[in-house]
Amino acid sequence: MQNTQIKTDEEFFIDPQRCIGCRACEMACAECETNGQTSMIHVDYVDRYISTQTSVQVCMHCEDPACARVCPADAITKDEFGIVHTANTARCISCANCVLACPFGVPKKMEETQIMMKCNMCYDRTSAGKRPMCATVCPSGALWFGKREKIAQMRPNSTPVNTFMFGAQTVRTKVNIMMPAGSTALSVD
Amino acid sequence: MAKLPVSSEQLIADFGPHKNYPPREGFVGRDEPDEVVKTHCCFCGMQCGIKLLVKNNRVVGFDPWEEFPFNEGRLCPKGVQRYLQNNHPDRLLHPFGRVEGAGFRPLGWDAALDRTVAEIRRIQAEHGPHAFAMLSGVSLTNEKSYLVGKFARLALKTRNLDYNGRLCMVSAGAGNKKAFGLDRASNTYADLAHAEVIMICGTNVSETFPTLTHWIWQARDNGAKLIVVDPRLTPIARTADLHLPIRPGRDSALYGAILHQLVKHDWLDHDFIAQHTSGFAEATAAVKDYDLTWAEQTTGIDAAKIMRAAEMWGRAKTSFLLHARGIEHHSKGVENVVSCINLVLATGRIGKPYCGYGTITGQGNGQGGREHGHKCDQLPGNRDIENPEHRAHIARVWNVPEPEIPHKGLTAYEIIEAIHRGEIRGMISICFNPVVSLPNNNYVREAFEKLEHYTAIDFFLNETARHADIVLPGSLHEEEDGTVTTAEGRVVRIRRAVTPPGEARTDTDILLELARRLGAGDKFEFKTSEEIFTELRYASQGGTADYFGITYEKIEKNMGVFWPCPTLDHPGTPRLWEDRKFATPDGKAHFNPVSYRDPGEITDAEYPVILTTGRVVSQYLSGTQTRRIGKLVDQYPEPLLEIHPTLAARYNIHDREVVRVVTRRGAAEFPAQLVETIRTDTVFIPYHWPGRKSANQLTSGHLDPVSKIPEFKVCAARLEPLGHPEPVGDARTAFASP
Repeated sequence: MQNTQIKTDEEFFIDPQRCIGCRACEMACAECETNGQTSMIHVDYVDRYISTQTSVQVCMHCEDPACARVCPADAITKDEFGIVHTANTARCISCANCVLACPFGVPKKMEETQIMMKCNMCYDRTSAGKRPMCATVCPSGALWFGKREKIAQMRPNSTPVNTFMFGAQTVRTKVNIMMPAGSTALSVD
Repeated sequence: MAKLPVSSEQLIADFGPHKNYPPREGFVGRDEPDEVVKTHCCFCGMQCGIKLLVKNNRVVGFDPWEEFPFNEGRLCPKGVQRYLQNNHPDRLLHPFGRVEGAGFRPLGWDAALDRTVAEIRRIQAEHGPHAFAMLSGVSLTNEKSYLVGKFARLALKTRNLDYNGRLCMVSAGAGNKKAFGLDRASNTYADLAHAEVIMICGTNVSETFPTLTHWIWQARDNGAKLIVVDPRLTPIARTADLHLPIRPGRDSALYGAILHQLVKHDWLDHDFIAQHTSGFAEATAAVKDYDLTWAEQTTGIDAAKIMRAAEMWGRAKTSFLLHARGIEHHSKGVENVVSCINLVLATGRIGKPYCGYGTITGQGNGQGGREHGHKCDQLPGNRDIENPEHRAHIARVWNVPEPEIPHKGLTAYEIIEAIHRGEIRGMISICFNPVVSLPNNNYVREAFEKLEHYTAIDFFLNETARHADIVLPGSLHEEEDGTVTTAEGRVVRIRRAVTPPGEARTDTDILLELARRLGAGDKFEFKTSEEIFTELRYASQGGTADYFGITYEKIEKNMGVFWPCPTLDHPGTPRLWEDRKFATPDGKAHFNPVSYRDPGEITDAEYPVILTTGRVVSQYLSGTQTRRIGKLVDQYPEPLLEIHPTLAARYNIHDREVVRVVTRRGAAEFPAQLVETIRTDTVFIPYHWPGRKSANQLTSGHLDPVSKIPEFKVCAARLEPLGHPEPVGDARTAFASP
């Protein structure tokens, strides 16, 4: 990882309450040359019948990524900056173990190319000192990339959380979710 | 002229809309562009900064422009995909002439222009100069808006010039002139940051102005409380502190009732009212009976919520009120606007930090385009075409005798009515698609079928241009230099990134050439857009919208300049009214009394449901541009009828079932989308589509008596479920004209 300009003090924050479902993030993500017009970020209505609430999901870049652990081909690696990279195309055998294992439902198996693809936090941009594209264009601030101290100052009513409890299992991630001030973890039972 | 030359299906096959997608690997050259051009989005009034990537005279991609202060790189999906209008297979590359039974065939420029000029002369010789009308639009830059106004008055010599801002901002403009004597948002959005209360009235901010959402959240992070007034729980209303789900068409009742409470509880700024306003007594007398019981009954909003809104607004020390088409698209649009302004004036919260008010201008140049003279009643600098002094000033700038400037003409919808009456027989249009965007649009289409001659200037063959005799291929936003004025009143630079493809020409070139051929060439000797802007500066000098002190260089240096800017050393005016000197004749801000009256059409036994219309985030206005961009179409491919499950149950309507919606103007069929996010007495249809899927077949032509804006936001409808789901078919056929 030489010649990288990755800013190690900048992090990714998701604030679901601010998501307006506009899909600017999906459109911008798909423009990236490595994505071939397929978005690595996903916006969905939670339940349009009752609400306009949408949910946005990007790779959470787990500290101990389940996708990498279950990969029988060692196609998924986490680098020294904590970024969990998309499948190495030479290694990926398209078994979809990662698709099934990810607690956040992030990796997608591309049927056409028989390769798993997922967000690598815009490595081409972040390694050049830029913000990820989705967090750059997001018009509402639902996606934000920058220093932890800055978002703490800007958004005093929220606290970033990166600990998720899935039943008895605890998952820690590089990406943060903004929760009500004082929250320490998100429990998903 | 007459009906379509061939079937609409054939025209769609030849000219689109076709969906454009980028190639999977991106356009060639995107990674090594020849040029990165800092300009602005071509769509809404936010005018977000954006960088266009240019290779070989084509726009091949975009990049966020993170230094531009309003949006700092933020964009909506339309902005991200805007570059796909370039490289588009539907792009008009030649002039075309209508050939009966064959469609449109390419013509040489000389033939196309000669025929247009000959028809203008013939019709004007036979029926007088005003029998030839012009319709324009405010996606055009300030320079082009100014040029159109001058072209219509001096080259075409018609008084009947109007523009699509007539469907957009005119109620706000008229209300602001009544109250402040000037038509501009009073503040920049920076004043939202520490407003204690933000009231958003009839504006679906997150879908129509997505990048403004950030500014509202910034205020909320600082403790602002958000009130949203909307019949639907829109994405911005979803998280609001208080959502007032108003019955469409009852807006002034709500704001009158809030004013009643402000008076009752003495939540008033007596000093401000006494020193800087007039008309307070009349305005409060008009609402003296508007108690909470009456208000709840009229607006359909719980009395407790109305009281809570009044208290939040009344007790705040700082506040910002924003409104948009939701209160303006009414036969009482101006009354709704001034009833909002009354709340701002009563509390004296204007002209100081974090105290603001403004309409959110809809179109890209909705602000600048409504200032420089392509409205039927206006001359540049927001001057009045009937004011002798104003006429004399413009006559001097144009170097013509004052009587040569025509007087006030008809507004957009009145022009359509005049075509039906046979008073207007010829038309030239630019940047306007009234067959989709005007209400009661079967009537509008019939008008275009009656014209003896119609020349359309546009870059795509929109649904109105299909009725043209001559089509002149004009320019995209990125093909000409110029300026636009954002919703904040900030004048920004639009930069040419590429030249028009094929034989297409810039809109400016087309207008200048037509002017020459009409014998007015000596008044139109502009070599660059900047020369037009320089004349505009002089024309606007001394007017309420004074641009004299603004230059291209100054805009570029400051990333925009806020008008009024009367001298070259003036810094511009981000926040109006800090000096408390209002632009009215008496220098005071004016309260206006508003007595509530019903909308033009109310529900009855035959038409028992309220129909309202609006937009979705992935489409823009009549869709000429956005219905051609693949991913934007795919995001929301067809108009749906939003209906509450309670109302649906009354008719036994199921989700995705096709419902025939009938009004006094027509009928159209839409799949139902059952959602609890709308009032139970109201249905909603987005209006971006033409033909059989056009919501504007149903909307009413009731006009505001002052602004002449049509009442898009409320009419009475009947629902007839058809008992089957939407058949899977070719969406393009579904959108074909009848």
